[in-house]
Amino acid sequence: MTAIVGAQPHVTIHGTSLREVLRKIVLYAFAIPLAILFTIPFIFSVGSSLKAVSEIHAFPPTLLPAVPQWANYVSVFQIRGVPFERFYLNSAVITGSALAGTVVTAAISAYGFARFRWPGRDFMFMVLLSTLVLPEEVVLIPKFLMFNNVPKAIIGKTLIDTYWPLILPSWFGGGAFNVFLLRQFFLQVPRELDEAAVIDGASSWQIFWKIMLPLSRPALATVAIFSFLGTWNDFIHPLIYLNSSDKFPLSLGLRYFQQQPTDTLEPREHLLMAASLLMVAPAIAIYLGAQRYFVRGIVMSGIKG
Amino acid sequence: MVSDDALRRTAPLLAARRGMRAKDFTGWLWASPWILGFVLWTLGPMVWSLYLAFTQYNIIRAPQFVGFDNFLRAIQGIDRLFWPSLTRTFTWAIVMVPLSLTGSLLAALLLNQGLRGTAVLRTLFFITSLTPAVALAVLWRWIYQPDFGGLNYVLRQLGVVSPPAWLADQNLAMPSLMVMTLWGAIGGGTMLIFLAGLQGVPQELYEAAEIDGAGRWARFRNVTLPMLTPTIFFNLVIGVIGALRTFTTAFVATGGGPNYSTWFYILHLYQTAFQNLELGYASALAWVFFVLVVGLTTVNLRMSRRWVYYESEGSS
Repeated sequence: MTAIVGAQPHVTIHGTSLREVLRKIVLYAFAIPLAILFTIPFIFSVGSSLKAVSEIHAFPPTLLPAVPQWANYVSVFQIRGVPFERFYLNSAVITGSALAGTVVTAAISAYGFARFRWPGRDFMFMVLLSTLVLPEEVVLIPKFLMFNNVPKAIIGKTLIDTYWPLILPSWFGGGAFNVFLLRQFFLQVPRELDEAAVIDGASSWQIFWKIMLPLSRPALATVAIFSFLGTWNDFIHPLIYLNSSDKFPLSLGLRYFQQQPTDTLEPREHLLMAASLLMVAPAIAIYLGAQRYFVRGIVMSGIKG
Repeated sequence: MVSDDALRRTAPLLAARRGMRAKDFTGWLWASPWILGFVLWTLGPMVWSLYLAFTQYNIIRAPQFVGFDNFLRAIQGIDRLFWPSLTRTFTWAIVMVPLSLTGSLLAALLLNQGLRGTAVLRTLFFITSLTPAVALAVLWRWIYQPDFGGLNYVLRQLGVVSPPAWLADQNLAMPSLMVMTLWGAIGGGTMLIFLAGLQGVPQELYEAAEIDGAGRWARFRNVTLPMLTPTIFFNLVIGVIGALRTFTTAFVATGGGPNYSTWFYILHLYQTAFQNLELGYASALAWVFFVLVVGLTTVNLRMSRRWVYYESEGSS
């Protein structure tokens, strides 16, 4: 606007037009309160997690503790009847195993879709795309039965209340989204590279291992991050498959902790907040550490979707 | 085995594309983990679930065929929670999808203005979306806590004598859930996808519009918005499905209460299947849900032809 009506003289501050300065002021006037609004719930929960027991139910309540009680973060691991360190470990085991399966088998499957021509490939790819919008809830019941009835018939015992139902499916392609993401990435690797390798006598396995994987590190990292967040945050599957509290991952453990009967004389919201934040922390750490890949992965899903 | 050098030397010789040498079988073999997974964890279970939908089954006794009874039980309202939970879930989607799409778009527009501190702002917006649903529910339950929670503390400071009980109030539980869900949703993946869409709008279009005398609003209305329709469409489809699937936040924050006021469809499905062990009827519920979601997505796709603008042979 300012460029076209440039004929009239306009006020400038350090070479920036007044209009531009005003625009910035208005934008900041939106941005800053918005940022505060987004952050306050976090500040409140961090504040609560650091309060002394006496401050939790103090009236009137306070936003921040008088003296931060860092020891609360140790106490979380010492609550009677709530084996929090166990939950943490369980989450790590489940997430790690599912993540490994996802990265390995999604890469293998994606390579098959990206680099080979086979009868039915395009059809299968359409099927893969359509499963992206399939609500997982439809197969919740039969999957439960597959881990209950089928192993009972074959090996004589159920796999319910074990980690198998939470890990095994990840070892079969690791989900359509991840296969799709990696396929898109593999397609961008110049074909000349594998053709040259074929001339040198390389097998398809060697091409996959020595060319595709090393060149696709960013995409593999993206898939690993998505898989991590998906499993770490998953609630409904552990809820259905696990019964014994000592097998709970953090998501179930947190709810288990929350549902422990409350002793009114001994509030524990500060510990509940500390526990929640301990569950959020790895996700935030990973995001901050791998922001580049992460953002690119999300963006890719939108652009190519 | 294959050195970079060897690759560099032989690559130009092979610039002319060769036909695929690998036999068909190799490709199948590579893709087989996903194909096998699809059959094992999607196709097979769907067929099984369709069969169960026509039976009465409680795990202990073998399934008994009951014809359309399960579907009738739902549709005729014999299950008194079916219609309320279904309409509640759709109302939720109708309210939440526009709010979260608009909010995310506005946040993305704000981040696209080249302000100083954009990276910090983006991180602040985004971090909330990383909060696991369970942690989010636990956190907000404490914020909404009537006596000691942060929200009522602020309200009391502002002079409200008896602030409401939020999640524990039958009339306010739903709006309260909406607010906490929006907190986690706006600024997440949807916003990032919008941001990428905004940055993908060719600069020449803006320049051309500016030369034609288009103001800021006209440029947004006639350049940004049309160019953004494919992104809006993508976010809409994903957003609708996500909203209809709402479970964890409600399950942990309110447990469906008070007085079933936040009893969502998937909550009903879970309760029917895994608490009441009515697996046949729950499978029917699952299939009704599946058909509705597929139907809605198809409608969305059809309608998209009217309003989504696809640049001919886009760059991506």
